[in-house]
Amino acid sequence: MKFVQEQGADEVLDLVCRMCPMHLLEPGDKLKCMQKGQVLEVLTDYDGALEDIPEWCKKCGHEFIGLEEDDEYYKFYIKKKK
Amino acid sequence: MNDAYLDHASATPVKKEVLEAMLPYFSDQFANPSNIYDIGSEIKSVVDEQRAKVAELIGAKAEEIIFTSSGAEANNLAIKGVGFAHQKKGKHVIVSSIEHHSILNSARFLERMDFEATFLPVDEHGYVDPERLVKVIRPETILVSVMHANNEIGTVEPISELAAVCKEKGIIFHTDAVASAGNINVDVDELNVDLLSLSGASLGAPKGIGALYFRKNLRLMPLIHGGIQENGRRAGTENVPGIVGFGKAAELAKDKLSVKEPYVRKLRDQLIDGVLQQIEKVTFTGHPEKRLPGHASFCFEAIEGESLIFMLAQNGIYSNTGSACASKALKTSPVLGAIGIRADLAQGSTVFTINDNNTSEHIDYVLAKLPPIVARLRSISPIWGKKIPEGEEGVCT
Repeated sequence: MKFVQEQGADEVLDLVCRMCPMHLLEPGDKLKCMQKGQVLEVLTDYDGALEDIPEWCKKCGHEFIGLEEDDEYYKFYIKKKK
Repeated sequence: MNDAYLDHASATPVKKEVLEAMLPYFSDQFANPSNIYDIGSEIKSVVDEQRAKVAELIGAKAEEIIFTSSGAEANNLAIKGVGFAHQKKGKHVIVSSIEHHSILNSARFLERMDFEATFLPVDEHGYVDPERLVKVIRPETILVSVMHANNEIGTVEPISELAAVCKEKGIIFHTDAVASAGNINVDVDELNVDLLSLSGASLGAPKGIGALYFRKNLRLMPLIHGGIQENGRRAGTENVPGIVGFGKAAELAKDKLSVKEPYVRKLRDQLIDGVLQQIEKVTFTGHPEKRLPGHASFCFEAIEGESLIFMLAQNGIYSNTGSACASKALKTSPVLGAIGIRADLAQGSTVFTINDNNTSEHIDYVLAKLPPIVARLRSISPIWGKKIPEGEEGVCT
């Protein structure tokens, strides 16, 4: 797992309290509205995202930049590649 | 003249246009909105169109509406959903003492989960004083819930003032608008609320459908986990016919409000004036001015409200004692207790809720039948005409 610190983002998606598969569906919808090269920050407290989001980025052709842990949730950073 | 149905706070008739809009979704238009093929995605679009209509009724955005099974579920989702999602900030919630049972019992449930709840007192009209709210707020308070209008006594609360107090302190504010929506203007921005509950049954839609408005980006813990319905905030295959009925009813309610409000207000005043002029020893409950336009509530001294309801029903007049839950449990209403009504007087609680399908003839009919029924019940009452010894009056709890 890649960890990052103080990674900036163009858009933030708050999915705290929501579960599978919203951690994959909502970033997909959000990225559609973003420009190539922009970074999306996804906040989630769903542990399954640790495995799912990097894998999902690979399948969809986006770059998984890394993860930052907070007391309450995880912050995932995804760069739109296509 | 048809029966005088004056219990619209309990249920409203499903309007003809609403039923017609719903019917195809029981049969031909049956597909599951979550399906990805065309007949499923078409239904999904229909559901989202209704979401926009319900949002429009309260000045919200479509994506801020979660469909639920009822107003009670919306209230549960607001109280528990905010409580669980924000408990790291604090575990104290405040609700007014005259809330619907779905709010009061949700707050009591949170107490069982190691939260603390404050049940905020009201004045003799059931009015929540913003200054009183300020005094009970603590650093750990995360949520305040005060209903927009009370279903038993008709009082309309100063929601925007109460919400402003909370906003200043970063506290989430919820209001239950089940009794007010479709009867007075309800706008989430004017009210300044973060969450607001609605029920279809109060608006001319069928029973079994409700909605919770939540301000965009507000974290909310779902109560029903499962699929992706309602964007993962409330699982379960959508009640599509109910949602379509709710959307149509919301559209009609918005269109008709400016005509309905003065019309029912006139009928309400006709009823209140007639009752107070023709019947002695009656207490008019709720706020005299700040009240729902179609709401008239009284306590008749030395009368059992249920007896009065039955005798009125025998004459084709349908009203209510106020709280169905309290009434069936043979308990006096906590709302009447909270406004300081004596326990013996609270027994004679009767509530009339008027809608735009009522007429002046209905009110004349009630005013012709009600006084002799009250007189008859008092003639057989063991307490009529007797002074209750001081200290034995009690206040209902």
